[in-house]
Amino acid sequence: MAPGASVARPRPADLASQRAWDLAARVCDPEIPVLTIEDLGVLRSVTVDGTRTTVTLTPTYSGCPAMEAMRDDVLTVLRGAGYDDVTVELVLAPAWTTDWMSEEGKAKLVTYGIAAPTGRSGVRPAGAVRLQLAVKCPRCSSLNTRELARFGSTSCKALYECRDCLEPFDYFKVL
Amino acid sequence: MSTPSRTDAVTDVVTDVVTDAAGGVVTDAATHAPDRGHDHGENEGHGHVEVDGVELSAELVEGPSVASHDVAEYALWLGDDSLVLAQQLGWWISRAPELEEDIALGNIALDLIGHARSLLHYSGAESDRTEDDLAYWRTEPEFRSAHLFEQPNGDFAHTIARQFIAANYLFELYSRLAGSADATLAAIAAKAVKEVDYHRDHAAQWVLRLALGTEESRARMICGLGDLWPFLDELFVDEPLIDRLEGVAVRPSTLRGPAWDAMAPVLREAGLDEPRGFISSGGGRRGDHSENLGPLLAEMQVLARSHPGASW
Repeated sequence: MAPGASVARPRPADLASQRAWDLAARVCDPEIPVLTIEDLGVLRSVTVDGTRTTVTLTPTYSGCPAMEAMRDDVLTVLRGAGYDDVTVELVLAPAWTTDWMSEEGKAKLVTYGIAAPTGRSGVRPAGAVRLQLAVKCPRCSSLNTRELARFGSTSCKALYECRDCLEPFDYFKVL
Repeated sequence: MSTPSRTDAVTDVVTDVVTDAAGGVVTDAATHAPDRGHDHGENEGHGHVEVDGVELSAELVEGPSVASHDVAEYALWLGDDSLVLAQQLGWWISRAPELEEDIALGNIALDLIGHARSLLHYSGAESDRTEDDLAYWRTEPEFRSAHLFEQPNGDFAHTIARQFIAANYLFELYSRLAGSADATLAAIAAKAVKEVDYHRDHAAQWVLRLALGTEESRARMICGLGDLWPFLDELFVDEPLIDRLEGVAVRPSTLRGPAWDAMAPVLREAGLDEPRGFISSGGGRRGDHSENLGPLLAEMQVLARSHPGASW
């Protein structure tokens, strides 16, 4: 498995599927409403075959409770646009990674007050010493920050604190 | 094994109706399901019925995904390990030493529930049972979890000792299972290993903090490791099933070295010796459990059994 740009946002080639993709791509993450499922790289495929539409999503974390809301929202949007026969499937492979998040999505995160993932997901096998790049405060852009808790308000985030502006903030962990 | 009184179609269905008891859900789903085709006005309100039917039939990997009997049994072992550990960890929410730790242990439990759901879903497909059937409607001897995972939470150091062993074992297991000849197991493992990597780092940080903290915290860490270490060996026992799953399952005995290599540097840095003492005979894979599993299952299953089919 080689996570890369080609699997991040595989917009379909045919026009009918593209139309449905563009609709599904508007659905937002219920926990981080500035990000669409397309920004996240969670939307993996949309296929329109005659009257039948199949949408494939991949979860960010195995236990992420937001998946069900995203799936329901995709159905609501497509049904609202007249697609009657819609199926939403969940796939695990290849495993989702923060590397698939779009640059636009990262910029939106920062504006929203959440630090975007720094760097790429780990290459395995990882070395003996863990290195963590500095995380930039989304409020004052200082790099003088520290981790308060690796597990934050949702599975995908850690809690940080800025030592310059003294504000706490969420950081979207590299996965 | 089977629970004939259960109506599988009902648990598969999540309706919009938030009901207090099973009866309401059953009647509602049963009367409305046949109407869906020609009643567009009602369709919106019961859209979820279709959705969850789909979720349970097509999930995880593309292509056919029904396990053979042996693979289903193996997935059950791994799924039960995660499910039982997650249930234990859930107890800590609101009781951990600090708020951040409530959240950390809750998040770890949530990841484990995710792994358990994937594994039990895959396992159950072979016998036409859902993940909920397997979680809530099996009795104690039908669970296949190893003894380590059902060990009591004890004090915080006991929980950290259990996490330290479990996360390191699971990391080594899933790293290898990601290369399984079984595509579904490989997909679940490749996803899980990234999450478990955070779990083992969490455990290592706490082992160091407790062992190098105060006299009291160090004594507790030593006690916790000593109490949990006897359950390490069971994880490395090659049961006959493993011989039949060459290339699919990870041979447990091959994990002993890597798991130790992962734990040893942390213990060394913490100034802790490898605990010596008795070794538990285990038996979880055959359904022989300690006195801890029964009460755990009773608490986990009581709601589902009191109100079959209830949803919210």
